Amino acid sequence: MDLSFFFQQFINALQLGSLYALIALGYSMVYGVLLLINFAHGDIFMVGAFLGVTGSMVLNLPFVPTLLLAMLVTGLLGVTIERVAYKPLRQASRLSAVITALGVGLLLENGMLALTGADPRSYPAEFIVTDSTPFGLSFDSVSITNVKILVIALAFVLFLGLYTIVQRTKWGMAMRAISYDKFAVPLMGVSQDQIISLTFLLGAGLAAAGGILWGVAFPVLNPYMGMRIGWKAFIAAVVGGIGDIRGAMVGGLLLGFIEIYVVAYGKNIGVSSTWRDPIAFGLLLLILVVRPTGLFGVARRQKV
Amino acid sequence: MSKRFTILILSLAVVAAAFGGPALAQDDCDFVGEIYLGVIAPLTGDIPKVGQDTVEAAQMAVDEINAACGLEVDGESYEVIIVVEDNESKAESSVAVATRLIVEEDVLGIIGPQASKQAVPTGQVANDRETPMISPWSTNPDTTFDRPWVFRAAFLDPFQGPVVASFVQNEFGAETAAVLYDVGSDYPKGLAENFRDAATANGIEVVGFETFTTGDTDFSSQLTNIIADSPDVIFTPQYYNEVPLIVQQARELGYEGPIVGSDSWGTADLLDLCGEACNGLFFSTHYAPDIATEVGQTFISAYEERYNATPSDVAALTYDAFQMMFMAIENANSLDKADVRDALANIELFEGVTGVMSFDEQGDPIKCAVIIQIQDGAFTYYDSACPAGFPPETAE
Repeated sequence: MDLSFFFQQFINALQLGSLYALIALGYSMVYGVLLLINFAHGDIFMVGAFLGVTGSMVLNLPFVPTLLLAMLVTGLLGVTIERVAYKPLRQASRLSAVITALGVGLLLENGMLALTGADPRSYPAEFIVTDSTPFGLSFDSVSITNVKILVIALAFVLFLGLYTIVQRTKWGMAMRAISYDKFAVPLMGVSQDQIISLTFLLGAGLAAAGGILWGVAFPVLNPYMGMRIGWKAFIAAVVGGIGDIRGAMVGGLLLGFIEIYVVAYGKNIGVSSTWRDPIAFGLLLLILVVRPTGLFGVARRQKV
Repeated sequence: MSKRFTILILSLAVVAAAFGGPALAQDDCDFVGEIYLGVIAPLTGDIPKVGQDTVEAAQMAVDEINAACGLEVDGESYEVIIVVEDNESKAESSVAVATRLIVEEDVLGIIGPQASKQAVPTGQVANDRETPMISPWSTNPDTTFDRPWVFRAAFLDPFQGPVVASFVQNEFGAETAAVLYDVGSDYPKGLAENFRDAATANGIEVVGFETFTTGDTDFSSQLTNIIADSPDVIFTPQYYNEVPLIVQQARELGYEGPIVGSDSWGTADLLDLCGEACNGLFFSTHYAPDIATEVGQTFISAYEERYNATPSDVAALTYDAFQMMFMAIENANSLDKADVRDALANIELFEGVTGVMSFDEQGDPIKCAVIIQIQDGAFTYYDSACPAGFPPETAE
C-alpha cells in the first residue's frame, strides 16, 4: 500500500481514537478519585450530544456557545448524579455503587427516549461549516475535512487543559490526593465532597464535548448511542491504566488505531473487516494479560 | 340528605353507562365477536420510522374493514382488533412479544416483524406455535423458508440482488463494484451476498466487500479501503439511519461515483437525515407512488388524507399484508388458525397496492421491483424490473 493510504487511515484513526479518548478520560478520573466505574458515563456522553442538538436547533446558537453550554449543563448533571446516586453509597460495597451506576445509565437512556422519541436526530448542516463543502485539506488522495481537524485538535486541547488542571492546580492536587489516600484529605482541610463534585463536573463536561464532537462527525444521534461507545471507551481506559488520565488518552487512541488499521491492512493477510472487533479486543486482552494494571496503571497494594 | 344524594348520583351513573355503552359501537354493524390480529413493529430502536409507518398502515386497514362491517365468517360479522407490540428492533424482544401475542392474546394471525433480523427468528416462533404470520417487508429468504405457517408480502433478496446488479451494469456501465454492509444483520448480509454473486455472474468484478457491525458509525477505514480500489459503483444495502453516514463519509474521503442502495433505503426520514448528499442516488424497492395502479391510487389518497404524508413502501406492504390476511380469513370462512393458513397458501393471484403478485411453493410473492432515484429531496420513480415471463404491473 502507498503512503497516502497509510496517512488517510492515520487521520481516520486519530479522529476515532480522539473521540474514544475524550470519553475514557471521564471513566479514568472518576475511578481514580472514587474507585468507582461510572457505567452511566456513556449515557452522560449521549445526553451531552443531545444537549448540543437543543443548543443548535432550539436556541440557534453557533458551535462554540453550544459546546460550552452543553459541557456546563452536562457537568452539572454529572454532579447531580453523584450527589443523588453515588454519595449515599460511599460507605457501601463497591458492588452496590456499580449496580447503581448501571441503573442511572438505564434511567438516562430511557428518559431520553421518552423525552425525545425514538427517531434518530442530526445537527443542522450549518452547525460547523460555513459552506457546504468541508474546507479541510486535500492533497494526493488524502482528504482531511475540517471536522476531523476540529475533533482531533479539540480533543488534544481538552486533554492538555485537564492535565494542567490535575497537575498544576490546587484542585488537581486535591484530586490526586483523594485517589492516593481518601481519608487523609479531610484532615488537610480539604472538603472531599467538593473535590469529588469537581471531578464529576470535569468528567461529565468532557463527555459532553465528546458527545458533540461525535455528533458532528457522525450526525445521526439516538438515545442508545452511549451504550456501545461507553463500553468501548471503558475498555480503552482500562487498557491504558484506569485512574491515570494519560492512560485514558493513550488507551483511547490505541483502540482507535487498532480498529482502523486492522480493517485497513487486514486484507493483505487474508483477514476481512468482519474480524475487526475480535482482533481489536483480542489485542487489548493480550495487553492486559501482559500488564494487568494497564499501560500507565499502578498496582494497588492492600494491607491485610 | 347525603344518602339521597348518593342514590341520585349512582342512578345517574347507571343511566349514563346504559346509554354510553352501546353508543360507542358501530351503528349499523352487528358484531358478534372480535378477531384479534397481532402487529409486531420496531417502534423503538434503530428504525422507529418503519414502526410508525407499520402502525399507521395497520390502523388504516383495520378501520377501513371495520367500517365495512368487519370480516364475515359463517355469515356473522366480526370486528377486527389489532394488538400492537414493539420489538425494539431486537431479535430477542421480537421473539418474546410474538410468544406473548400467541399465548396470552390468542391472536388469529400476526402481521410483522418488518426487518429480517427480527422476522427470521420470529417466523420460527410462529411456525412452531402454528400461527399464521405475514411479514410485509422482510426480503431475506430464511423468514419463510421451510415454514408453512409464515408468509410475506415482499419480493426476495435473491431476486433483488440481480435486479441491482443488472441496473448498475445498464445504467453506469459498471465494470467494478464494491459493497459495504452490516455483517451482523440478516438482511444486509444476505442481500450483499446476493448482489455479489449476481454481479460476478454478470461479469462485474467485485473489488471491495467490506463489513461493519450493527451500531457502528465510523466507516472511514472500510471506505478508505474501498476507494483505494476505485470501484465504478458502491452498493450499500443499509437502513435509513446508516445510509446518511455512509454517503457523507464516502464523499468526504473523495469518492465521487454513484452509490446505490436497496429497499431498506425507502423510508422518508432518509431524506431529512441525508439532505443534499443523497440527491441523484438510486435504490431498488417495492413500489413507487408515481406509477401506482388504481388500487394503489385509492390507497395513497386515503393515506395522504389521513396522515398528511405519502405512504412509504413499508406502509404499502403492511396494507397489502392486511388485505391478504383479511382475504384469507374470509376465504377460509373459519376462525381456526389452520384453516386461515391453508387459505393464505391457496391465494394464487393477488392485486395489492404494491402491484400484482403470484406466489410460489414457499409462499413467497413473485412480483416486480422498481428503481427509485432521489431527486430534489424526494423519491422519484425511475424504472421497473420484473421477473422473466411475469406479467408486468398494469400501469396507467
